[in-house]
Amino acid sequence: MRTLRDLFAVRSRELPSPVAVGAPAVEAVGLSVRLGGRQVLDSLDLTAHAGEVVALVGPNGAGKSTLLAALAADLPAGSGEVRVDGRSTADWSAPELALRRSVLPQSAALSFPFPVEDVVRMGRAPWAGTEREDEDDAAVAAAMAATEVTRFAGRPFSALSGGEKARVALARVLAQRAPLMLLDEPTAALDLRHQELVLRICRERAAAGDAVVVVLHDLGLAAAYADRAAVLHEGRIAELGPPEQVFGGDLLGEVYRQPVEVFPHPRTGKPLIVPVRQG
Amino acid sequence: MTTSYEERAGDVEKTPPPATAPTPSTAPASSTASAPETPAAPAASRRSRTFLLTLGLTVALVVGCLLSAAIGAYNIPLGDVLSSVQHRIGLGGQALDRVGESVLWNVRLPRVVLALLVGASLGCAGALMQGVFGNPLAEPGVIGISAGAAVGAVASIALGLSFFGNWTITVCAFVAGLATVLLVYALSRSGGRTEVVTLILTGIAVNAFAGALIGLFIFFADNAQITQITFWQLGSLSQATWPKVLAVLPCAVAGLLIAPFYARKLDLLALGERPARHLGVDVERLRIVLVLVVALLTAAAVAVAGIISFVGLLVPHLLRMANGPGHRFLVPASALGGGVILVAGDLAARTVAAPAELPLGVLTALFGSPFFFWLLRRTRRRQGGWA
Repeated sequence: MRTLRDLFAVRSRELPSPVAVGAPAVEAVGLSVRLGGRQVLDSLDLTAHAGEVVALVGPNGAGKSTLLAALAADLPAGSGEVRVDGRSTADWSAPELALRRSVLPQSAALSFPFPVEDVVRMGRAPWAGTEREDEDDAAVAAAMAATEVTRFAGRPFSALSGGEKARVALARVLAQRAPLMLLDEPTAALDLRHQELVLRICRERAAAGDAVVVVLHDLGLAAAYADRAAVLHEGRIAELGPPEQVFGGDLLGEVYRQPVEVFPHPRTGKPLIVPVRQG
Repeated sequence: MTTSYEERAGDVEKTPPPATAPTPSTAPASSTASAPETPAAPAASRRSRTFLLTLGLTVALVVGCLLSAAIGAYNIPLGDVLSSVQHRIGLGGQALDRVGESVLWNVRLPRVVLALLVGASLGCAGALMQGVFGNPLAEPGVIGISAGAAVGAVASIALGLSFFGNWTITVCAFVAGLATVLLVYALSRSGGRTEVVTLILTGIAVNAFAGALIGLFIFFADNAQITQITFWQLGSLSQATWPKVLAVLPCAVAGLLIAPFYARKLDLLALGERPARHLGVDVERLRIVLVLVVALLTAAAVAVAGIISFVGLLVPHLLRMANGPGHRFLVPASALGGGVILVAGDLAARTVAAPAELPLGVLTALFGSPFFFWLLRRTRRRQGGWA
């Protein structure tokens, strides 16, 4: 009987209070995750603070997406814990967590052909019934404008190209306006202009006081836009720090098993990473 | 080579939001001005379409009910139907003669109400299942839920069970239907997704097994029970009485009332399980509640009317084509649409071959199957089929 009542109960939600810049937005403490009998994450520590962009880089299978999924509370921690807004993810209810962090999955799928604007508006669902519901229209319009999808607001999502779908998915995440954004390879399907656009959006959000954790394959993008980069290797963080410091040739060469050369950009001084090529 | 490069470089500088702009906020700003207007127009037209569709369905339902009450072996003029109904609810009007009153209130109206309940339940259950499975082919009939509920109902007839009185068949259908939903769900999902092929194959297996069980019960039943089972299996409303209406009313009404509250969450579920959870949906809870609701609705329909297929598939599909996939419209409208189809279908079943009567389930399958073919062809043409 209790479970039945539980099923239909309306749960009250605690709205998030603003996180001060520099305060930890998400922390992984001694986090270990096993998947299919393999130790994918091995007692890993990582903190992302409000107001910074943290890039997760590393070779395929290093555990980047698993780490992001664990931070997003998709995967339970085998040992250790993940804290969002100071509380363990296991103690937050799904509606409360949705007010505190937004997640962009690697691939955007949709079972039914909703129009683009409706998809973006789904990002506002966590705020339904709260005082911030009034922001809905503004948040949706701003998110669509920022990701340059306003032009096809009325088209069905299923009729879009891969890159357009990815931007719509990002717009949905932006519209959620959560103080922590977790993005899994947001640039994978995008052209050059929109890759830059997405990372600029990340910077903007960080400047506005949000924490952004983003999985990136493009080391150049990570170097140019991240405040700190974490190089993952076999389920551990091999190195964590500002890109200039982390992206030394030796570490990357060893982790990726591909020798690389690192130059400072002639104008900005940001590291440029190029694989060593013959000839 | 050099010129083209310079030209292109020049182009980049001319475009309003250059890739290297130091203040990216200018890029959104230029389009924000037009943003509120562009989506507003389609939203308004969609709202008016929603309103018109709802109105149209409601009118069709009322007209269908009135016609269905009036037409039959004993014709009652529409005016008399209205006046008798007015009389009964105490708003003037007057009672008919003895035969007319008896035909209307003991034969026609229970049947109309039952058609309405069964149709609404099936339409709504179809829309919910498609939402829960994130799959446009999920339908209580196609994936075997109806057959599962039928096993419970047949068992209760064949074994002569009567522990819940009037409600026995409904309860047995509900329990068996619920077990089947859970079975199909467990068998056809992996990694948070339901693949169409797996779902359909699961449906084939479940339908085959349910068919075998029904066969077994028929084998052990006596002649009177066999007649009852066979008749019921064809899917028909001809046995409608007020007690039968009462027997399914709680199930159907409970299901129909709960369903719309989960519409917005079903929209989010279309994004996938994880994204839905990221947006605050307690996915496990949502699924359990909706599976219970689907079992309730299907059981209600199957218990009184036998297996009536394709209503749950056809109605939500047509409505989705007409007004998009938003569940806040789709779920209640599918109930309305299902009601319209079954009231009209039952009227046709009673009248096209009069004085004989076609089984309703046969009729819906006769029209539903070609629709299914058309759906398959259309989807193949548009997106290369279901994957």
